Formats: sequence, structure tokens, C-alpha cells
Amino acid sequence: MSLGLFYALLGGGLFALGLAGLILRPHLLAKIIGFNVMGSGAFLVLVGLGSRDGVADPVPQAMVLTGIVVAVAATALALALARRLLELSGDMVLPGERLRPGEDDDADA
Amino acid sequence: MPTPEAFDPLPWLILLPLAWATAAFALGPGRGARLAIAGLAAQLALALILAGQVLAGGARAHAVGGWGAPLGIDLMVDGLAALMLLMTAVVALPIAIYARGYFRARPKGGEWFWPLAGFLVAALDALFLAADLFNLYVTLELLGLAAVGLTAAAGDRAAVAAGLRYLLATLLGSGAYLLGVALLYGAHGSVSLTVLAPAVAADPAPAAALALALVVAGMALKTALFPFHFWLPPAHGGAASPVSALLSALVIKASFYLLLRLWLDLFAPLVSVSAAQLLGLLGAGAILWGSALALVQTRLKMLVAYSTVAQIGYLFLLFPLATGVSATAAEAAVQGGVMQALSHALAKAAMFAAAGGMIVAVGRDDIARLGGIAGRVPLTLFTFGLAGVTLMGLPPSGGFSAKWLLLMAALESGQWWWVVVMVVGGLLAAAYVFKVLRQAFPPAEPGDLVHRVPRAMEWSGFALAVGGILLGLFGAGPLALLAV
Repeated sequence: MSLGLFYALLGGGLFALGLAGLILRPHLLAKIIGFNVMGSGAFLVLVGLGSRDGVADPVPQAMVLTGIVVAVAATALALALARRLLELSGDMVLPGERLRPGEDDDADA
Repeated sequence: MPTPEAFDPLPWLILLPLAWATAAFALGPGRGARLAIAGLAAQLALALILAGQVLAGGARAHAVGGWGAPLGIDLMVDGLAALMLLMTAVVALPIAIYARGYFRARPKGGEWFWPLAGFLVAALDALFLAADLFNLYVTLELLGLAAVGLTAAAGDRAAVAAGLRYLLATLLGSGAYLLGVALLYGAHGSVSLTVLAPAVAADPAPAAALALALVVAGMALKTALFPFHFWLPPAHGGAASPVSALLSALVIKASFYLLLRLWLDLFAPLVSVSAAQLLGLLGAGAILWGSALALVQTRLKMLVAYSTVAQIGYLFLLFPLATGVSATAAEAAVQGGVMQALSHALAKAAMFAAAGGMIVAVGRDDIARLGGIAGRVPLTLFTFGLAGVTLMGLPPSGGFSAKWLLLMAALESGQWWWVVVMVVGGLLAAAYVFKVLRQAFPPAEPGDLVHRVPRAMEWSGFALAVGGILLGLFGAGPLALLAV
């Protein structure tokens, strides 16, 4: 097995792990970390499959750099919102069930 | 280097909203709103110029800054992209005029609306013009971040929770998409659509089939296709009305556009009839489930949000009707699907605008307490009804043309079961629209004040609803552009 393929398989595993965390763990920090692990997995697949015969391909590396910037921005927004939710509700979990009609205090109420 | 042209609106469609969004952030909501409206008017002019150019000269590409792929970024425009750019501009301008009045009446969250709306429009335009899979990913994320910011801008608990739920869903969707892109790059060594399409067609790698599954799943989640719609009603129903209008009319169309483009072009050698039937089945589920839930809502904006869930279903009927069938049927299906995207954009923006107007008038979001609306704000109620005509698919609206074309495709390809779904969906849409209209005609209950609504709000919503009707009467123009 080439090194690139090894990294790609590892990335696939990380993606699955992160995905499981994002979906299954109720705590918001766990979800945010899960998203980051998932993203890293996708980046690793991109870089790993991109390398040919052990030589790194610069294009996916540049794409991963861009992807990291996007992931940082998304993580920052998620953390800011999670903190705000903690201040407002005292909880780091999303409301367990969907809003039932008439019981929420939304922007238009 | 690109050949110097007289005037190329392509990069300006992205730069202009970025510029006014940044300026609106610095200037604050008052002057920011005026700037945004001026910017969107210019945007509409640019989109019209571009549509004219594409109609006359066909599809073309533009290398940003003269660099060209793979180091630089290529933009690409064809008929479908030009049509989507036009849709964005046509819908966003009235919403901006509406939002200016709305946030005067209800300032909550209004200070962040203008910069975020500008970033949203820039991200949409960049997505429609993207020529490679990775730029599509970046623009998808930009769009998601701007949309989440708008959702959460009101800052209360429900808004923040809805924003966060939306953010996690949209990140999950684009994560799946990115893994698909990585697999395609690994298999075929490119992310450019023009390079990849022939490579996939010549020798589809097994990884490309997995990439197809990941891209479809990610986009289904981002478009809120049943049963992945869980994030949409709280986000669209809870946000301020101008935000709901932008999200429902435009944002979900972006991921649909991406899926449509890749399905018809890049993944065309890979897609199977059974996968298309599955998407259609989920679309049918969306139509029935979304309409049924719209019917039982007690809050006006949640009703409109569930109606979006239902209308998304029609978009996905395109896939079974366009896959593995005769060329005539496929063409009608694509035309019908795109027509549905356009008419839903206009009608749903109008409907959220009207809903916001009614909420401003009666001061609360409760369908049972809409009495007196018909007497005090008849134009807003008329707007709601007119938008409802398009959603129900009654002639001569754009919704009718869309459903007619889909119907033709279904009959042409012998798939009568989708016709049944469409007819039932139309009846259910009529039921939930009349549920609102019925409550609006009795006089106000004693003690309930019905306020006047700013005229700019009423007329901008009305213009959107009329646009939905005009699309049915003058649908030949957009379809000619689509054929480019």
C-alpha cells in the first residue's frame, strides 16, 4: 500500500469518527470538535489521494489550506453561537426537540 | 491573458455586493440600507446585461485577474447560471426594499442584516459562477456562514438555537461534499468541471460513484430534502421575515443548483434510474409531509416554512423525470424543475414578505388572530393569496408552468405516479393557503389593534408576487436562456 493511500484511508476513518461525533454526541463542543475531525479527515483524503508515486501534489495542498481557513471561520461562528446559547439557556445542548408551534419566543413573536 | 472586452459584468457580480456589504458594516444600518438597495439595483442591471450577453454569445469563462486555473480561479457562465444570477438579483432587490421598512418597524437583528445580506448575495453569485468543484465548496461554506449569521442575528434563544442547528447541518452537508471532491480529485486529478466531465465519462472510477453518493447526500441535507428537513422550519420560520424570504427563496436554490448541474453534467455517466427514483420518492415524501405539517401549524411563519419543505419536493421530482428517459421528457423535466426553482423563489419571497407584513400589522405570529387583516392591509393579504396561486400551481402563474412541464415529462416518460403526487400536493397547498386567508377576513376581535404596514413593505412584497405570476405569462424568455 502506498503512503498516499494509507493517508487517504486514515482520512476516511477520521471522517467517519468525526461524523459520528457530530451526529451522536449531544454536547455542542463535542459536535464542533466532531466537525473539525470530520473536516481534517476530508483534507487528509484530499492530500493523500493527491500525491502520486510519493510526490506531493501542490494543488490539493493549496486547496486544503483554503479549506482550513474555511473550517476555522465556521468553528469560530459555531463557538460564538454555542457560547451565546450557554449564556441564554445555561446549557451547551441544542433544544432536545423541535420547536412546537406557539411555545417559542422568536424574532416575530 | 483574457482578451480585453468592452465590459465584463462577471467579476462585478461578486465584487459589488462584497463592496457594499463591507461599507454597510462600517456605515451602520441607516445608510447601509440605502447603499444596499442602490447596490442591488446595479446588481440587477449587471445580471440583465450578462443574461443578454449569454443569450447572444453563448456560455463563456472568465479567468479572475488573468491567472486561470489551476493557480487562479476560473468563473464560468452558461444559460442556467445566468438565469440563477438573474433570479438572485430580481428577488433580492425587492426584499431589500422590504427589509428597510420591516426593520424600522421591528429593529431586532436589523443592524446585522445589511452586511450579512451582502455577503449572502456575493456568495450566491460566486457559487453560480464557480467553474470548479473546490470553488463550489468554498462558496457553499460562505453562503452557509452568511445564512447562519442572518438566522441568528435576532440574538434570542430560539434564534441562536435555530442558527446553531442550521450551522451544524450545513457543515455536515458541505463536509460530505468535500469528501466527494477529494475522492474525485484522487481518481481523476482535477477539480475543474470542464476537465473532469470528459474524464469521468471516459472511464468512471469506482471512487467517482462514492463521490456521487456523498455529493447527493450532502446537497440533499443542505437543500432540506425530506427527511433531512429538520433544520429548516426553525431557521426559516424563526428568523426575521426578510431573512426568511432570502433563505427560502434563494439559499436552498444554491445547493439544488449545484446538485442539478453535477447530476446533468459531471455525474451523468454514473447516475442510475434507481438513484433518481429514490430522490423523486424523497421529493414526493417532502411534498406530502411538508404540506401536511404546514396544515397543522398555528404560527403563520412556520406554516410558510413547512410550505417551503413541500415545494422543495417538486424540485427533486426533476431527477426521476430527467434520468433514463427520452430526450424530450428530460428536457421538459429540467425546464420544469428550473421553472419551479424560479417561481418558488418569487412566490416564497412574496409569501414571507406578506407574512411579515401581517405580523407587523397584528403584532404577533398567530394564524388564529389574523382577524381584521383584510380590511386594514388588503394589499398584503392579496400578496399572500397571489403567492399562494403560484405555490398551488394555478394558471397563469410560474408555478403552473413548472408543474405543467413536470407533468408533461411524467406523461412522456410513462411515470404517472409522480402526477398523482403533484396533484395531491397542489390540493394540500390550496388547503394551507386558504387556512390563512379564511382567518384574515373576519373583523378584528374587540381590543385587537391592526396597524397599518409601511407602503414600501406592502408594494415590494406585491411586486414579488406579481413576478411569480408574470413568470407564467412570459416563461419563454427564461427557458430560452436555459437552453443556451
